[in-house]
Amino acid sequence: MKTLMSIVAVAALALTLIPAILVFQGSIDLALHKQLMAAGTLLWFVSAPIWFRKKAS
Amino acid sequence: MAKTLKQRLAEVNEYEREPVPDSQLKTSKSFLGMYAGEHTAGTEYVIGPLFVAHGVSAADLVSGLLLGNLLAVLSWAFLCAPIATKLRLTLYYQLERICGINLTRLYNLVNGLMFCFLAGSMIAVSATAIGIPFNFPMPKLTDMYPTSIGWVLTVFAVGSVITLVAILGYERIAKFANVAAPWMIGVFLASAIAVLPELGVNSIGNFWSVANEVIWTGIPLEGQDKFTFWHVLFFAWFCNMAMHIGMADMSILRYARKWTHGFTSAAGMFVGHFLAWMASGILYAVYLKQNTGEFAPGPISYYAAGFAGAACVVIAGWTTANPTIYRAGLAIQAMMPKTTTWKVTLVVGLVTTMAACFPALVMRLLDFVALYGLILMPMGAIIFADFYLAKQFGFIANYALRSGSEFNVAAALTWVVTLAFCIGLNMFASIEIFFLGFPGWFIAVIVYVALSKLLQQKNLKEVNV
Repeated sequence: MKTLMSIVAVAALALTLIPAILVFQGSIDLALHKQLMAAGTLLWFVSAPIWFRKKAS
Repeated sequence: MAKTLKQRLAEVNEYEREPVPDSQLKTSKSFLGMYAGEHTAGTEYVIGPLFVAHGVSAADLVSGLLLGNLLAVLSWAFLCAPIATKLRLTLYYQLERICGINLTRLYNLVNGLMFCFLAGSMIAVSATAIGIPFNFPMPKLTDMYPTSIGWVLTVFAVGSVITLVAILGYERIAKFANVAAPWMIGVFLASAIAVLPELGVNSIGNFWSVANEVIWTGIPLEGQDKFTFWHVLFFAWFCNMAMHIGMADMSILRYARKWTHGFTSAAGMFVGHFLAWMASGILYAVYLKQNTGEFAPGPISYYAAGFAGAACVVIAGWTTANPTIYRAGLAIQAMMPKTTTWKVTLVVGLVTTMAACFPALVMRLLDFVALYGLILMPMGAIIFADFYLAKQFGFIANYALRSGSEFNVAAALTWVVTLAFCIGLNMFASIEIFFLGFPGWFIAVIVYVALSKLLQQKNLKEVNV
């Protein structure tokens, strides 16, 4: 569970950051970037609390 | 259910009047998360844009932030953390031992009010994001008073939730800040990167020229004062003056295993007060092109990052307002030791929320932050002098505790003389508020040492300190 959640959380962070770089390069538009960031945000707050809690224990 | 909550609240022990026991000490990781979260905050969405509004040039911004933030980290590491980890007491209890209960009560009142206003500005920032779906008019750079009923209701909704979390204690605040911090930093950076093409940045190579010509042009907006390298440096150094040389973070760093945990403040400074300030400045430059006149972080961030941007403004405000309300609760609680912390925090949260209704807290944030640090700083200087210089200069440390005094006249005079000196510099030498903390700290140390030698009684009973 810990490993799975850590992978999901890192993927969520990537989903938050990478679309902005793609917008900067002209590969995607701002609307798609916002949708991907929203998905990354939801994934982060689902996975990170479990990942962080597991790490603490 | 009610009984369970009551029991939980009664169990909240923050060691207000005793050293933190070894079993409760925390590793550097806990402080990294807290500092990164606390300083990547709602106010960053305001300070970055205000630098743009004040016409800071790109070179002045980068060099001023690098040096100023370094000085802030050193202040935490070498001034605040060693005393915090040696004594392991809250700032307020240590002040009581030096200054006496009555002077500490006065300080706590001022301190608590200042923290309320600071947390209020963060609640206001969060409210600009929560209010987006309701489409009420957002505050403008010139607005000082509440602008609509919708604004007031939104502020109260945000303030209520933040206060509830603050009531439940430091552990929960630290955990939430830890979870949110990496994501917030990601959103700040992503928002700024995504809008760079709108400013004409097509490659990393032309960023600097666009930064100079479009973002940090060196020309202030109409009605705003011009800021230089020195403004940026001293603001970056002293925007948390109350926390480091003012010693407010004794209350946090007393949980640190080692004094070197003070260096973890670098996470807050170089991510929050460097990257985030630059990112929010970039966002504001895009918003300025649209010329709506509004100065509202929520819509600005929503434009650049959609739902994630608005959520980031809310959470960024939240993670900073929480520890600030917590500190304010501790400050006031120290005035009323028999009242439980959670009841005090509830009242503090209400006052904070009422203050947040006034956009002036956001629009004049730079001046307010400088003022609050300056007012509280002399007491930090007194703690420093008491801790390091008492033996060397032959005066009594923890004087109020040893003498049984309830009002240390030397400390009170030090506070008054230092602030009078700073006001004098401001009024008669036209030195701006951002620069007063530096000479003020030295004056406070010198005056406290001199007055302590002059006014302290010499033959005191032995007290176990």
